[in-house]
Formats: sequence, C-alpha cells, structure tokens
Amino acid sequence: MLKYIIRRLLGFVPTLFVIATIVFFLIRLAPGGPFDADRNVSDEVLRNLEAYYRLDAPLHEQYFRYLWDVLHGDLGPSFEKPSRTVSEWIAYRFPVSLELGLYGLAVALVLGLCAGITASLRPNTLTDHGPMTFAMAGICIPNFVLGPLLVLALSIHLGWLPVSGWEYPEDKILPAITLGVPYAAYIARLSRGGMLEVLSQDFIRTARAKGLSEARVVLRHALRGGIQPVVAFLGPATAGLITGSFVVENIFQIPGLGSEFVGAALHRDYTMILGTVLFFAALILLFNLLVDLAQAWLDPRVRYE
Amino acid sequence: MTRPLLELRELRVHFPVYAGLVRRRLLGTVRAVDGVSLDVAPGETVGLVGESGCGKSTLARAVVRLVPCTGGTVGFEGREISALREPAFRAIRPRLQLIFQDPYASLNPRMTVFDALAEPLRVHGLADGRDVLRRVSDLMELVGLAPRFMRKYPHEFSGGQRQRIAIARALALEPKLVIADEPVSALDVSVQAQILNLIARLREQMGLTLLFIAHDLSVVHYLSHRIAVMYLGRLVELGPAGEVFHRPRHPYTRALISAIPVPDPVREKTRQRVALHDEPASPLNPPSGCPFHPRCPWAQPRCAETVPPLESCGDGHQAACIRLDQM
Repeated sequence: MLKYIIRRLLGFVPTLFVIATIVFFLIRLAPGGPFDADRNVSDEVLRNLEAYYRLDAPLHEQYFRYLWDVLHGDLGPSFEKPSRTVSEWIAYRFPVSLELGLYGLAVALVLGLCAGITASLRPNTLTDHGPMTFAMAGICIPNFVLGPLLVLALSIHLGWLPVSGWEYPEDKILPAITLGVPYAAYIARLSRGGMLEVLSQDFIRTARAKGLSEARVVLRHALRGGIQPVVAFLGPATAGLITGSFVVENIFQIPGLGSEFVGAALHRDYTMILGTVLFFAALILLFNLLVDLAQAWLDPRVRYE
Repeated sequence: MTRPLLELRELRVHFPVYAGLVRRRLLGTVRAVDGVSLDVAPGETVGLVGESGCGKSTLARAVVRLVPCTGGTVGFEGREISALREPAFRAIRPRLQLIFQDPYASLNPRMTVFDALAEPLRVHGLADGRDVLRRVSDLMELVGLAPRFMRKYPHEFSGGQRQRIAIARALALEPKLVIADEPVSALDVSVQAQILNLIARLREQMGLTLLFIAHDLSVVHYLSHRIAVMYLGRLVELGPAGEVFHRPRHPYTRALISAIPVPDPVREKTRQRVALHDEPASPLNPPSGCPFHPRCPWAQPRCAETVPPLESCGDGHQAACIRLDQM
C-alpha cells in the first residue's frame, strides 16, 4: 500500500515536467510580453526590467534556469505584482478557492446523490424523470449563465442574498450553488446509473430474501457499489471545483486563485501562469490518486499492482 | 395427517410485456406460473423439475415474495401469507429461506463472509455482541468451511465454497422451509455431489423441509420424497419420487426420464428415448388445451381442446393427461 503510494507520487514528476515544458513554450508563443501591456515604459526601462528578470537570455537558457528553480521549490517572482513571489501569491489566494471549491463540492454531493438515488429507486416514474430533467438542465446551463440568473432572481428581485463579495457566510451561498450545480447534475446521473445497475444484481435479491428492510438493502448493499462511478468522477470533479472556479470567482468578485490566474494570463505574467498551472496540475494528480485509494476501499476486489 | 407447512393454491404469476418507447402498449402476458397447487408437508422434500423457462424459479420467488403473485394463495404454517403486508411478511422471512442458483452473483462482493452471515442474525435479533461471532463460526463449520476464512470476500472462494456460504446464509436464520433454486446447476459435476450430500446431511441434522428445484431429474430423485414436474407454468405430474421416476405417467415426464444417460455403455446404446420435436411453446402465447400437446408423441386432436386437470392414478400419484388410463 505505502509502496504503491510512493510509486504513484514518483510518477507525478515526469507528468509535471511535461506540463511545465509545454506551458513554458506555449506562453512564449503568445504575442506580447509581461511589460508591454498598458503602461508607457521607455525602451531603456524595459531593457533594464528584462535584464533584471533575465528575460534577455536565450530561451533555452531561461527554460533550464526555470526548471532548476522549480526543482528547488522556487516558482519565481511575479512580474505583474512583484510585491509577492508566485509561491506567496498561491499561498495567499488559494485558501479562498479551496473554501469555495469545498462548498461547491458539498452542494454537488448532497444535491447530486439525493437526486440520483431517489431517481434510481423507482425508475421511469415521476420521481425518476423529475430529478433527471433538472439534472439535464443543470448540465446544459453553463455557470456564467446560471450565476447571473441566480443573482437576478435571488439578490436583485427578492433581495435575499448579496450580489457579490466574500466576507460574510451569506456571501458564499450563491457562488457555492453556481459552482456546484453542474457537478451535482453529473453526480445525479452517475449515481442513478450506478445504483440501477447494482440494484438489478442477484445479491440484492439475496439481501431482500434475508428479510432486510428496503432502506437497509439500498444503503448497506447497493450504495457502496452504486456510487462507484461517482467516486471515480470525484477525483477530476474535486480538482475541477477547486481549480476551475475562475468564472465563478469573476462573476461574484471573489479574491481566489482562479481570478488571479485569469489576470496573470491577460498580463503575460509568465512565472505566475506557469506556477499556477503546475500547482493545479499537482492538485489534479493528487486527487486522482486519492480517488484510486478510495475505490480500492469501496471494492475489495481492487488490488494495488 | 398434519397440516402441510407450505400450501400453494392456484398460484399464478403473470408478467405484462410492453413494447414501444414513447407510447407503451401491452403486447401480452407471460404466464410464468399459471395455476399451481402444491403442498409440502413438514419434514418432506419435494423436488420440482422442468426445463428452462417453465416457471420453476418464478414459483420459488413468488413463494418468498421476491416477485408479486398475480393470483392464488400461498399458505405457510397454516396462515395465508400471500395477503400479508410487507412489515408482517418480513417477520415470516426468517422461517422461509431461499438458496439461489448462482453463487457467483448471489453474494455481495463487497461484504466479507462474516458480514454476510452476521447481517441477518443482527437484523432479525437472533444474536448480538459476541454471540454473533460464535454463531457465524458454527454456521461455517456446519457447511464444512473453516471459520478462519470468515474475514475473506466471496471472490476469494471457489464456486463450491461459495455455494456453501450461500447455504450457510440461508440456514443462519434457522428456517422451517428452505427453497433451493437449482443450487447445484452452476457448479462442476464433481462439486455438485458434495453440495447435494451437504444439503442431504443438513436436512437430516436440522429437520428441514425442502422444496428442491432442478432441471435434472436424477439430482431430484436422489434427494426428494415426492417429485413435481412442471411444464409451461403448470404442474403436469406429481407423486412419490420412486413412482414418478420409475413409472412416469405423463408423456412429458417420460421424455425427461428417457433423456437421462445411463452410466453403462452397453445399456446406454440400447436405451429407448422419447424424442420431442420443437421447442417448448412461448409462455407468452401458450397453446390451447394441454400445453404439451404440440410436442407430445401421443397427442390426439381432443388434446387441443381442454386443459387436463391433475388426476389421481393411485398411491398419491397424479398426472395431467386426458389419456392417463392408456399411459
């Protein structure tokens, strides 16, 4: 088990290396540089800045120096916002994205599992089609539409919740819903499918023949197998919820890492983009590993090889 | 005579068949079980045979209410249980257990043997605390498994071992009646004999009443006191095991018995066989009159007119054929 985890962690290194390489050269291909955005800087100042950040060196030299720094745990300075290094920016902004992501995850799991399991108990009836119609809608409506619609209805018309911000508990409700609903919809469909498959198996009949209550049959015998597809989806979903919230962060003016990332991309803040991408990539790899471990726990037939 | 433990009266299980995705229309009704009456006395073993699709398994599931009955009644311990509501029926279930056919599918792959055996004990309040552990190891020894394997999962056992677990599971609740639904047909022949011997031993040890379902007449003959033969949802013959096996009266039973290979090459070559043509008719569209008449070598035109009832032909032997006196 421990050996398996260590081997998987070592496997992260080449993946991250490939990602760093691709992103490093891709962003250099984009027109413009970090210092020619909107300010009027003289050529001399620009040359000094480039010399300071060693942007005047040949590209391969910059590349190897960057890799060397990353290997030593240094993601470099931020060109755009030099008050902090990239690592410090991530440490400063990421907790907000993490918090938002976890709320979104909670919304997704609670809504999705309830809808999916309810639907699976009486397939092709109203309690199945009802939740599944909402799930389909949830998948189809992108969050940059859902967010403003929710704001329009609940904040502006009804005045129940604040329009934006990230200070008080009530600020966090609408972003969490906006972020979580599409994932809830996927989870509902996955859990319905998984539950339907398990509920049709012979050992469920055995459980009923034992004289168990229907609730026990569903919760104790069917659920562990039925949520298997949800667990598999949870790895990319959690990573996506934590790292992919830049649209929601922008809609609701939330100071998270997502909105920082969008700003960095617009300003060609090379090190900031690279650092954030590597950080997100490492998170996604980590969550996939956690999901594989969870799946082995849920299904004793899975063995680490 | 004591009252039968299980009394089936005109039991019917029909399944509606629908077609069409948007506008669902009723295509017809599959008459899986179509008016079966059968008594099983306490301590008795009744073997139920018939070919695939004749409704044997559906009958078993209808008795323990894993599929709903469409008509008729099920009596158990002198009470009519088919009319009971679900909570009341659940109180009966411990005394009415089923052994399933496929031990590869009927055990939850995510539960250890211990969990699978302990669950019914706990749910029905038959044991708790340290008692559970003792009962589970007793059960495993009872079916010939070493209790040290109780923390293993079903996939770590062979087919025969799994069926032993399934049997232990059914016996955990100390049932009065066990319905064994083809308990050996998913197993290798060499393992079949072991499981049959185990069932025979447990029957003596625990005084079980058994409804034993199989499609193999020689397996049923080995275990049963009486044999019931089913064809297309109906009983066609019922009688003491030796009678039915050696002096079958219904043409269908004759065909079944003549199909059993004789383990003697010389006699095997000269064995007389009743050849049946065609497949059995679909239970969706059963033939008129006697359900067997399209395949029966002795059929007459009047066989297509009325459904023959089970008629006595001496010694508790009954058969459903209008030419019974000539058979």
